[in-house]
Amino acid sequence: MSGGFEVIRPGPLTTVQDLGRPGHAHLGVPRAGAADRDSLKLANRLVGNPEGAAGLECTLSGPALRFDEAAVVAVTGAEVPVTVDGEALETNAAIDIPAGGVLDVGTTTAGLRPYVTIRGGIEAEPLLGSRSRDTLSGLGPDPLAAGDRLQAGTAKGPRPAIGVAPVAAPVATATLRITPGPRQDWFTPEALELLTTAEWEVANESNRSGTRLNGPPLPRAREGELLSEGLVEGAVQVRHSGLPMIMLADHPTTGGYPVIAVVTAADLPKVAQARPGQELRFRPA
Amino acid sequence: MSAVEVRPAGERGALVELEDNAAVHALAAALEPRRGSELEEIVPGDRTLLLVWNGEAPPPAAVQELVVAAGSGAVPPAAEPVRLSVTYDGPDLAEVAAACSISTEEFVERHLAADYRVAFIGFAPGFAYLTGGDPGLRPPRRAEPRTRVPAGALAIAGPYSAVYPRESPGGWNLVGSCDARLFDPSQEQPALLVAGAAVRLVPA
Repeated sequence: MSGGFEVIRPGPLTTVQDLGRPGHAHLGVPRAGAADRDSLKLANRLVGNPEGAAGLECTLSGPALRFDEAAVVAVTGAEVPVTVDGEALETNAAIDIPAGGVLDVGTTTAGLRPYVTIRGGIEAEPLLGSRSRDTLSGLGPDPLAAGDRLQAGTAKGPRPAIGVAPVAAPVATATLRITPGPRQDWFTPEALELLTTAEWEVANESNRSGTRLNGPPLPRAREGELLSEGLVEGAVQVRHSGLPMIMLADHPTTGGYPVIAVVTAADLPKVAQARPGQELRFRPA
Repeated sequence: MSAVEVRPAGERGALVELEDNAAVHALAAALEPRRGSELEEIVPGDRTLLLVWNGEAPPPAAVQELVVAAGSGAVPPAAEPVRLSVTYDGPDLAEVAAACSISTEEFVERHLAADYRVAFIGFAPGFAYLTGGDPGLRPPRRAEPRTRVPAGALAIAGPYSAVYPRESPGGWNLVGSCDARLFDPSQEQPALLVAGAAVRLVPA
């Protein structure tokens, strides 16, 4: 089974994402890929795709898509109402869509980024081993626009027997585990204490490159900028303002602001799902 | 070779601080055979090498041992410089020359004379920070960054020169242009300039 679909309504930012293009940071190429990789993997498993197949990452609101032929899709990640031809259906489950059917992914009620996968995966020209849109560098397929036509690939392997996955609901205040460094010595000893005791509010300016936080400025022990150095995903970088920014999928490969701590990989999906205005806390891993 | 310091960078990462940029490239070259099998990323900075393992990073003391062991290997021979043909027609050329208290002609002559080396890549795919420039030519970044710098702009800021691989915002002083294709993701080697490469600027 394979077929095309048409974008009736794209949503504010809907991009093609797989698990990204790691291994190219030394060339200045961000990893990109799904910001919440766990949710993309789950959505792929639900429709019987390999975990790294390309799907759609939505932001706050999802798209409306009309399918040429019968298709099997799944929606995971943020909590969001989903309908097919007007009938409400479950998320975190395989959904059958008839030929000509319209999948409508609404506005999230908890979390930020829903993921939509289609059995067979989304076809796009891979660049450096990935079909992901890198919003920082402009690599990969353009974000979805109304009227676009996309193509699903041919499904391989059987459709999974169990079509529903139990998923914990997103929490109002997520707690992120951190390990200190590499540059905690650029801050006063109180700064790390403040980082792990304060409540941090997700700022509106957050995007796929990083989640910016509002809260008490973290006091520096020394002024100035570092010579540029490599950055890891999850790095908590502190800007001139003293406010932290957590590096996400499209983060720049190098930077000159000191990194006080790094969020553990297991908690990165919580960062990717944190909505502007939501509160986050940090605690030592 | 020994690291000045090894700093943890998350569960899978370690940031190795080194004496100078040449040591960064020597260590990166020595560890390159481990890319894929053991290391996911090897990312040069100006004085640092970021290592990201496929799994959990070894403790800092073990990373220090790795650096010491790598140092006994051969230093890679200097390759032929990559030649970039450039034209000094940038909008900030006169201002930058004035800031360096020299004529435009002298700026061009001295900017062309240097033996450059790619200190590291960052900011954008294929954006090479060139060091080794004339120490008398170090204008600060522009107070107000431009929202749009054209692809191929030859730029200078502090100790670095660079060519913008594609149109982007930018705060560097634009002194010229270069029509080389610096980044092409459809190629197996997508970046024309890689960290450690020697570069000469030649008049177009």
